[in-house]
Amino acid sequence: MKLALRAAALTLALCAAAAAVHAHNVWLLPSSTVLSKGDWITVDAAVSNDLFFFNHNPLALDNLVVTAPDGSAIKAENVHKGKLRSVFDLNLAQPGTYRVAVLNGGVFARWKDKATGQQKRARGTPENIASQIPPDAQEVEVTQSAGRIETFITVGKPSKLPPSGQGLELVATTHPTDLVKGEKASFVLQIDGQPAKDLEVTVTPGNTRYRDKMDEITAKTDAKGQFSVTWPQAGMYWLEASTKDSKTSVPQAKERRLSYAATLEVMP
Amino acid sequence: MQVRYSLALAALFGAPAFAAGLTVNIEVPRLTVAEYHRPYVAAWIERADQSVATTLAVWYDIKNKGNAEGEGTKWLKDMRQWWRRTGRELQMPVDGVSSATRPAGKHQISFNEGSVGLPKLAPGAYKLYVEAAREVGGREILNIPFEWPPKSAAQPQAAGSSELGEVKLELKP
Repeated sequence: MKLALRAAALTLALCAAAAAVHAHNVWLLPSSTVLSKGDWITVDAAVSNDLFFFNHNPLALDNLVVTAPDGSAIKAENVHKGKLRSVFDLNLAQPGTYRVAVLNGGVFARWKDKATGQQKRARGTPENIASQIPPDAQEVEVTQSAGRIETFITVGKPSKLPPSGQGLELVATTHPTDLVKGEKASFVLQIDGQPAKDLEVTVTPGNTRYRDKMDEITAKTDAKGQFSVTWPQAGMYWLEASTKDSKTSVPQAKERRLSYAATLEVMP
Repeated sequence: MQVRYSLALAALFGAPAFAAGLTVNIEVPRLTVAEYHRPYVAAWIERADQSVATTLAVWYDIKNKGNAEGEGTKWLKDMRQWWRRTGRELQMPVDGVSSATRPAGKHQISFNEGSVGLPKLAPGAYKLYVEAAREVGGREILNIPFEWPPKSAAQPQAAGSSELGEVKLELKP
């Protein structure tokens, strides 16, 4: 009995560790990022280890926000959630740059049940998390998370992409739909509109299935949050950064986990 | 009276006759492929800092089925470098610059300085670029460096290997 319990605890601990290490990649994959006239595009959205192969889970699109060049929100059409990927179509009529973003915010709670001593978990929103934790819960740990998954599409001439000023996000110095093989692109990472200093950024070229190494490019942001990448080849790239701080909007939460991921296309 | 007007007009617009000019010869190669579409071709001039001085010509599918810009605007972006450097800034079609695609063979386009395609260029180093992109085919881009204004008549050229044949720039001082 004791042994079984210990084994269970170990399994749980291992699972937790594994979840932390092997977080899957979340991504959007647009059919085009550069258009010379207004047109339809389609976007795949998935959670998987391989870039950009949908072979694990679909990405939930409940928090999909598509912003047109004039700042208005446009609606995704033909939204479909399959077993391995989600899909949606966008009618891009205006000239300029569209921002396609999935914004995931949530609050996670972990505690020990007083009666049984078992680990319990719950997820919710800043408003309803308190109601999900029993008043007699012990060792309560509450974490807030804010994630942004993005991609950009330009019809005609690229237009400015005003930052939201919320959470971790990429601010373009080099326009994200103006990336060319062999050229250096510069970006800034911001947290709540302030420079994200000393943050590690990972940039991975797509088609990971067909090579032995990930060939990741890593960069670190400077004091102004700036970093740059020189593109070794053309193709789709996945840019990722994550960090944590204590600026939570939930009183019970001590920690806020911030993550950012973008799919960028580099032209030959 | 009428004669005098045309004389005055000739005096006004006659300047190009004495101005420097250039002729671009572009060969569209004959390709033996199962599915052939005429290439889209853009020819333009860049300054030493890679900024675009002018677009000389854009050959694309301008058939107009209720689309004022032309049917083929969807694929203009496939002339990737031209699109990025200047194409996306233009409103197609451009009078005197854009025209229909051309068949395999040698084509010649001439410009006098001060004309629609070739505005006055400040003296300096330039590059002529010719980029071709073909539906279900490839893409090729060539460039020919030159000095403006030309000191003497010269005919620098470049040879394509896939989507372009011989490209020759004839400079007239």
